[in-house]
Amino acid sequence: MNEASTILLIGYGNPGRLDDGLGPALADAIEAKRIPGVTVDSNYQLSVEDADAIARHNIVLFVDADVQGREPFWFGRVEPKKEVSFSSHSISPEALMDMANNLLEGETRGYILGIRGYEFNEFGERLSAKASANLAAAVQFVEKAIAEKEFDQYTSVYKNA
Amino acid sequence: MTNKITIEPVTRVEGHGKVTIHLDDNKQVTDAKLHIVEFRGFERFIQGRPFWEVPVTIQRLCGICPVSHHLAAAKAMDIIVGVDKLTPTAEKMRRLMHYGQMFQSHALHFFHLCSPDLLFGFDADVAIRNVIGVAEKFPELAVQGVMMRKYGQEIIKMTAGKKIHGTGAIPGGINKNLSIEERDTLLKELDQQIEWSKGALKIAKDYTVEHLELAKEFANFDSNHLTLIREDGAMDLYHGNLRAIDKDGNKIFDQVNYQGYHEYIAEEVRDWSYMKFPFIKSIGNEDGWYRVGPLARVNACDFIDTPVAEEARKEFMAVTNGKPNNLSLGYHWTRMIELVHSIEKIKELLNDSDLQGEDLVLKGERREEAVGLIEAPRGTLFHHYKVNENDQVTMCNLIVSTTSNNEPMNRAVSGVAKKYLSGVEITEGLLNHVEVAIRAYDPCLSCATHALGRMPLEVKVVDCAGNVLDKKSTN
Repeated sequence: MNEASTILLIGYGNPGRLDDGLGPALADAIEAKRIPGVTVDSNYQLSVEDADAIARHNIVLFVDADVQGREPFWFGRVEPKKEVSFSSHSISPEALMDMANNLLEGETRGYILGIRGYEFNEFGERLSAKASANLAAAVQFVEKAIAEKEFDQYTSVYKNA
Repeated sequence: MTNKITIEPVTRVEGHGKVTIHLDDNKQVTDAKLHIVEFRGFERFIQGRPFWEVPVTIQRLCGICPVSHHLAAAKAMDIIVGVDKLTPTAEKMRRLMHYGQMFQSHALHFFHLCSPDLLFGFDADVAIRNVIGVAEKFPELAVQGVMMRKYGQEIIKMTAGKKIHGTGAIPGGINKNLSIEERDTLLKELDQQIEWSKGALKIAKDYTVEHLELAKEFANFDSNHLTLIREDGAMDLYHGNLRAIDKDGNKIFDQVNYQGYHEYIAEEVRDWSYMKFPFIKSIGNEDGWYRVGPLARVNACDFIDTPVAEEARKEFMAVTNGKPNNLSLGYHWTRMIELVHSIEKIKELLNDSDLQGEDLVLKGERREEAVGLIEAPRGTLFHHYKVNENDQVTMCNLIVSTTSNNEPMNRAVSGVAKKYLSGVEITEGLLNHVEVAIRAYDPCLSCATHALGRMPLEVKVVDCAGNVLDKKSTN
């Protein structure tokens, strides 16, 4: 889309669990650039109240670490989907999109960026060397896509394996 | 031949639970065990770190209730820096943060996990009996759930500084007060939040009263109960002394200073679980286990110091003629009593000018050891630290709420399995009822990592040779 839009970027994960912190790390990097029209948020995980913020934006970009998949990152659309979770501990981007657009009457387009991580099983506030390199590439990509206000063309370029 | 039925959520990293149901040769249930993988390494991770950093660092432990860990650690570090009593502004800001956390956590649990069971009934089609079903049939309730959760998170943001890695509570006090602008923003929505809370309480109460016979048969067992209590016997979720009561309401101990908790509570290790089993020392490990959380708190307190919640407490206790209520499903009703109590306390605090005070931090004489305790949404949370002369943490012991509820959850699952398992086939009915039993306790599954993926609940039937005989998933 080329028209002026508002963008919400949500980076999520636990920065105390090594590469699980890739989402918040990307959020920090983008927030530091103070790009007009872009709201940045980060948290340990997605929560139901995020649906309200999502419904108030034209575009939402979910950013999370991924334990497998394309390197250095993959990018795709998130379509609303009705999903049920066993616990209150997690909610998927798809379920949030459904709540935002169908329950809260938003008209938001959703995208997801999965940055490949490698180390998750220890406590530690650092990224692995390979994850750091992937983060740098992802930051560059997000900045470019936001500047172009064009996301759909990249979903095929960076499609997940 | 022994068969095992395993109910296991799939996760990529750790922090998951699974249920193993043991059958005898006649395919009758003999026992059921809930395994929760707890990452004990965090206590070692904290060792060597400067003590003043712990209230922030400790939040890495849990993405579900970081505020509870933040405050429990800060309370311990108050003692380390020699402060036994905070300034009024500091204590009230922390309380506001805590009630905000309690409010959003209980709202989330109710609207997204509990309400489908209560609104549609346990036996309703699983395709309908979920949060999506609630959103479709009761959209106003689903929106309320989102907005109540958001309101609690706003309080956390204004008191802790931010949603992630909050820094509001520091050793000896806090680092910010509540501005007039922030207060007015919260006051604007307050009345609506109170009304919604009362509505949620009514749903939980009405369901339990109308289905009392079902509740009495479902995962019902006697237990001891443990909670923090105020000096006058009132419920106090932020601070107080320890009280334990037995199934009949008799006091096992009362007004115990929690700095000496280890003289009253011990932790047992069992070979089949990573998670410890705490128990009351004077009773012993066989019968000394106890419940914590909303049910225990409402059962054990003498009164609640806010009017609507107190009225609701009286109604709840009347069901059992004033004796402790030992129904697992009683957690839902009591959780909503606490939801109302929390928003009533939030109202009280927002109208207190101490929140705009400037006296934020105190200092005293350094100490080497301290315990911080708080009533987290899921129950009593213990933080115990030792700090050396170089200000480094040398010992950390945590007893989280889900650990205390470990034995009760095992009992609940076992009771449900015995009642609802027929043969070795995993039916939707069995799976749903096991889920309902676990959900009543709102366990923290310690999923501190959330890389892309999902966490469905899977059921496996495994024979003694490890062959999978049956497998089902909740989604």
